Amino acid sequence: MNSGTQPLLEVNNLSKHFGAVRALDDFSMVIQPGEVVALAGDNGAGKTTLIKTISGVFRPSSGEVKLKGEPVSFATPQEARDKGIETIYQDLALADNLSIGANIFLGREPMTRKLGFIPVLDRKKMADAARDTMALLDFHVSRMEAPVSNFSGGQRQAVAIGRAVYWNAQILIMDEPTAALGVPEQRKVISLIHQLKKQGRGIIFISHNLQDIFAVSDRIVVLRRGVMAGERKISETTHDEVVKLMVGG
Amino acid sequence: MTSSQINAPAEGEHVKPQADHADRAKTVVQRIADLRAWLFLAVLIVGFEAWSRLSFGGTFIFNGFNLQSIAIFAVAPLLLATGQTFVIISGGIDLSMGFIMGLAAVVAAHAINTFTPGLGLPLAVLLGGIIAVAVACIPGIINGLLVSRLKVPPFIGTLGMFGVARGVAFLLAGGTTVPVSNSFFATIGNGRIFNVPYIVIITAIFVLGMHYLLGQTRFGQHNYAIGANVKAASRCGINIKSHLLRLYILSAACAGLAGVLYAARFNAGAAQAGEPLLLDSVAAVVIGGASLFGGSGTIIGTVAGAFVIAVIQYGLVFVNVEPFWQFISVGVVIIISVLIDQAQRRFSGGRQDE
Repeated sequence: MNSGTQPLLEVNNLSKHFGAVRALDDFSMVIQPGEVVALAGDNGAGKTTLIKTISGVFRPSSGEVKLKGEPVSFATPQEARDKGIETIYQDLALADNLSIGANIFLGREPMTRKLGFIPVLDRKKMADAARDTMALLDFHVSRMEAPVSNFSGGQRQAVAIGRAVYWNAQILIMDEPTAALGVPEQRKVISLIHQLKKQGRGIIFISHNLQDIFAVSDRIVVLRRGVMAGERKISETTHDEVVKLMVGG
Repeated sequence: MTSSQINAPAEGEHVKPQADHADRAKTVVQRIADLRAWLFLAVLIVGFEAWSRLSFGGTFIFNGFNLQSIAIFAVAPLLLATGQTFVIISGGIDLSMGFIMGLAAVVAAHAINTFTPGLGLPLAVLLGGIIAVAVACIPGIINGLLVSRLKVPPFIGTLGMFGVARGVAFLLAGGTTVPVSNSFFATIGNGRIFNVPYIVIITAIFVLGMHYLLGQTRFGQHNYAIGANVKAASRCGINIKSHLLRLYILSAACAGLAGVLYAARFNAGAAQAGEPLLLDSVAAVVIGGASLFGGSGTIIGTVAGAFVIAVIQYGLVFVNVEPFWQFISVGVVIIISVLIDQAQRRFSGGRQDE
């Protein structure tokens, strides 16, 4: 889809070696705006190495990453985040005791002044931004000041995604976003991903759950032992074919 | 229970507002738990008032002298406890505060004695006080470096510094108490305005500042976040190392101020000034609603906790009970307080039982 437009993210001939181990070898892929690409593969296939290399945790041994046509190189995950590549980790990375707004702004809290001279946290701005952002994800909470520990797993996932969206992430890397959730919650996350797609963001979706992959992705990229084992449009493939690619049948 | 309450949303469908669940979770138990320090305080005051009227026919709480005494009693434990509140919220503990307080008291005594002939009374007090707090910050810096850079568990790192500060304080004091001869300092320690002791006013202003720091600034917000989830805080770009360093310096500075006020009140510096207060400070924080696992607690709660302890201690003396009952009473209050906290967690822990 959208093959004529400028790709959001290009990965060209990316390799990452740990000593003699080739965790990722000469791997290339492209993500278009509004596209959801599923990353599949058995344990140790190189999925994690790939996303860590894209998100600035690892430096590539060779190859390049281009963001909207510009070659980029990140020394830290923070740099990647500043450029709009956000990773949403399985363990959520939320401070449970803080509100949605405080979590969205964690580390970048807005300040205001009380009585004209005492600097204080701008809780109203945080709550307003949280409400707007969550509404953008079709997620409505009445008690914005409640700590996120009051919310369910799917809602907390939405908060983590909301944080990425607020800070204008263009590429969201989601590592097993549905793994720890019950079925209704999984459906909520899937519908969130559809929302993000509508907004023209690119999503890399890692999952072991083929049903989720088929429900949400446009394309699937299968890794095996650090190399591309195959790439299929979801509309043109089947569960069986994907499993075969994963196990190398 | 949580997940089953949420309608499985089709694409674009709204999730039910969470209000019902969140409000119901705020059960009576939780409300009691939030206010437990104040409830304890109310029960104690009513109890001592009744006891006092029945035994002596006099009032306990409507007596200005008693109120003053309780406030003065509370000063040092409260100062330690405010610093301890920050540390405990971050998920750590500072065991060295008691002897840092003693160290500061001894340094203040020496410094003020040294400066008084040359600088005059008030200036010597000011400079001596500043030097004492600055010296108190040194063990704080070491604590901070141990915990943040060398990853020493706070319990062990600050326990080591407990010993070091204790030894240094006794060495500086020559194994005895150091009397201060500066009448201005004595006035600060024992004088009052409109019947409110100066040291109580100084403490109140300081505690107010700490309340602001915890509740209204980035430092306070990051402190809560670190206590709840260090990994999350670090991923969000919070500099954990520098935060922890500043945190332990802050708690040492609180102990330093407590030491200076101690020296002012007793006109002497003593290395063992804060020895019995350390555990009182931890107790005040816990009674005040903080969790030793980190992530929760408030300065207001700690103030209530410190007053609970002060009222027990002073009240039992007032009604003429053997002082050893103080330990038992404070101990019982700590245990009840933690039990309430755990009951509350069981009732509100909706997330875990998904």
